[in-house]
Amino acid sequence: MYVAVKGGERAIDAAHAWLAEERRGDTSVAELSVAQIREQLALAVNRVMAEGSLYDADLAALAIKQSRGDLIEAIFLIRAYRTTLPRLGVSLPLETAEMAVSRRISATFKDLPGGQILGPTFDYTHRLLDFKLAAEGEVAAAPTAPASLEPVPHVTGMLGRDGLIQSEAYGNDTPSDLTREPMELPASRPLRLQAITRGDEGFILSMAYSTQRGYGRTHAFVGELRIGAVAVEMEIPELGFSVEIGEVELTECETVNQFKGSKTEPPQFTRGYGLVFGQTERKAIAMSLVDRALRWKELGEDFTGAPAQDEEFVLMHSDNIQATGFLEHIKLPHYVDFQAELEMIRKLRREAMAHKEAAE
Amino acid sequence: MASEYNFAYLDEQTKRMIRRAILKGVAIPGYQVPFASREMPMPYGWGTGGVQVTAACLVPEDRLKVIDQGADDTTNAVSIRRFFQRTAGVAVTEATADATVIQTRHRIPETPLTEGQILVYQVPIPEPLRFLEPRETETRKMHELEDYGLMHVKLYEDIARHGQIATAYDYPVKVEGRYVMDPSPIPKFDNPKLARNPAIQLFGAGREQRIYALPPYAEAVSLDFDDYPFTASKADHQCDLCDASGSYLDEVITDDQGSRMYVCSDTDFCRGRREAGHVGRLGGGEAGQ
Repeated sequence: MYVAVKGGERAIDAAHAWLAEERRGDTSVAELSVAQIREQLALAVNRVMAEGSLYDADLAALAIKQSRGDLIEAIFLIRAYRTTLPRLGVSLPLETAEMAVSRRISATFKDLPGGQILGPTFDYTHRLLDFKLAAEGEVAAAPTAPASLEPVPHVTGMLGRDGLIQSEAYGNDTPSDLTREPMELPASRPLRLQAITRGDEGFILSMAYSTQRGYGRTHAFVGELRIGAVAVEMEIPELGFSVEIGEVELTECETVNQFKGSKTEPPQFTRGYGLVFGQTERKAIAMSLVDRALRWKELGEDFTGAPAQDEEFVLMHSDNIQATGFLEHIKLPHYVDFQAELEMIRKLRREAMAHKEAAE
Repeated sequence: MASEYNFAYLDEQTKRMIRRAILKGVAIPGYQVPFASREMPMPYGWGTGGVQVTAACLVPEDRLKVIDQGADDTTNAVSIRRFFQRTAGVAVTEATADATVIQTRHRIPETPLTEGQILVYQVPIPEPLRFLEPRETETRKMHELEDYGLMHVKLYEDIARHGQIATAYDYPVKVEGRYVMDPSPIPKFDNPKLARNPAIQLFGAGREQRIYALPPYAEAVSLDFDDYPFTASKADHQCDLCDASGSYLDEVITDDQGSRMYVCSDTDFCRGRREAGHVGRLGGGEAGQ
């Protein structure tokens, strides 16, 4: 006998309770603290801050804990929280040239002012599982050296002095805010960069990779990749000058791209730009490649039909919160629509069968 | 109930922004108004557009009804209703006639709506031309130019291939002789209820950042051809619980031998009929527990 599908309310409560229990896991194993996640899973925290568009390592760590390590779910928690925050003001543009770098490399010059600083990178580690970590061994302190006070100017700035690289438009306009205004296409470059920097790391990575394999190739060199802390300053109207209100860790990547010139532009290098919260260099490099690929129109290049050149395709599909929501919503009930389809298919089949019988 | 959030969750600035979009939508029936959709605490695809529109419409005196697939007790309807109970503290109801605001996914209630009611639809893809042309930049141009030839070609091809228009839900309508509009994925059975409805009908698409509207008594004509007129269709059965013949039915599989039963998708409508003494084929005694 049919039992009406009642009890959605009870099912939801029970599911939430079960979920909470699963999240905690075996209670004989010590619980993770938010501080442990923040300190020891820092790259996950960075990704959640970058794609959540909110710089707060503790909240990001909490979100990772609450989401059982599902980073997209954690990003979603941060985004939903971010919506409720009031806007107190706007900072001055960050001066990344004055970054206190913990890592700074250039693939285009062997040495340069400010030097190459390898920093804490996986790059030259051998990817061998370290079973010592399973035994929870403490690490020895790394050797240190006094921080250099030498300025670390941008590589592209040095190329720019000789006119070898295209100069970027400079403006004092406040760019429009992707999180406060609906996306309108074609989008300005600031809007595109906002979308890419909060876009899904996997999606942006694959888009960038596709340009390297020839779908919208832009011949990118990493002119410079730098990671470090940058001061955030804010103008206080009552004071009439700006004060430092804190600092954020950023990864900035500028690529230098071959450009043979076009009808409107002389031969010179062009750039792609990536800027992401935290130590997130895969994302920053990928971002700079995608940014460069999307610039075909302003540089007078051909649109070859490559996905990474296609602004609407990239911008409308890069957000993992939108994507996962729409993807997963198909598990919600659709029986009304399915019923309509069922009736349609039955009717079409009846007619097709009748047709066939009449023909025989 | 004390709440740590603003009334109906969204801050007043955001609600004002959404109300402006709604007003513009009401002023230009069927036109998709871009709005700065916010990230809500439920996922995109779960009705974030509808939730934002409802949040912008609600006042403390409102009585809210939320349905999904016509039913008040489907999990997502329960979840959204709870959300507004928690953040707005408004009264809720399952009775269509008692509600001042109704948020719905995939259905229009069977009980006719009246003046003063607001029906809020959750919309996944607001663009009726989307599956004919994936680019928003192109489809907006097509609407501007009232260039709906592609849609008619699609409907014609359906007839050429299947002998009829093979769209069972999400069936496009033309609003007030101007914009072609996506009615959200309601079954085409519900399409006639869109037209000249005394209630305000508001459509919210969160992920796609669009709001559109049918003001009261607006005309909405389901697209068709003179020789292939639109027909609203449903399963050719009666409700097995309340014996209704004119309501939209869900088909429920009752065993693995191919047995089926048909029940009203509108749970409030069905319950009302049973309370009034109507009994369907399986509606006696133990049914509907």
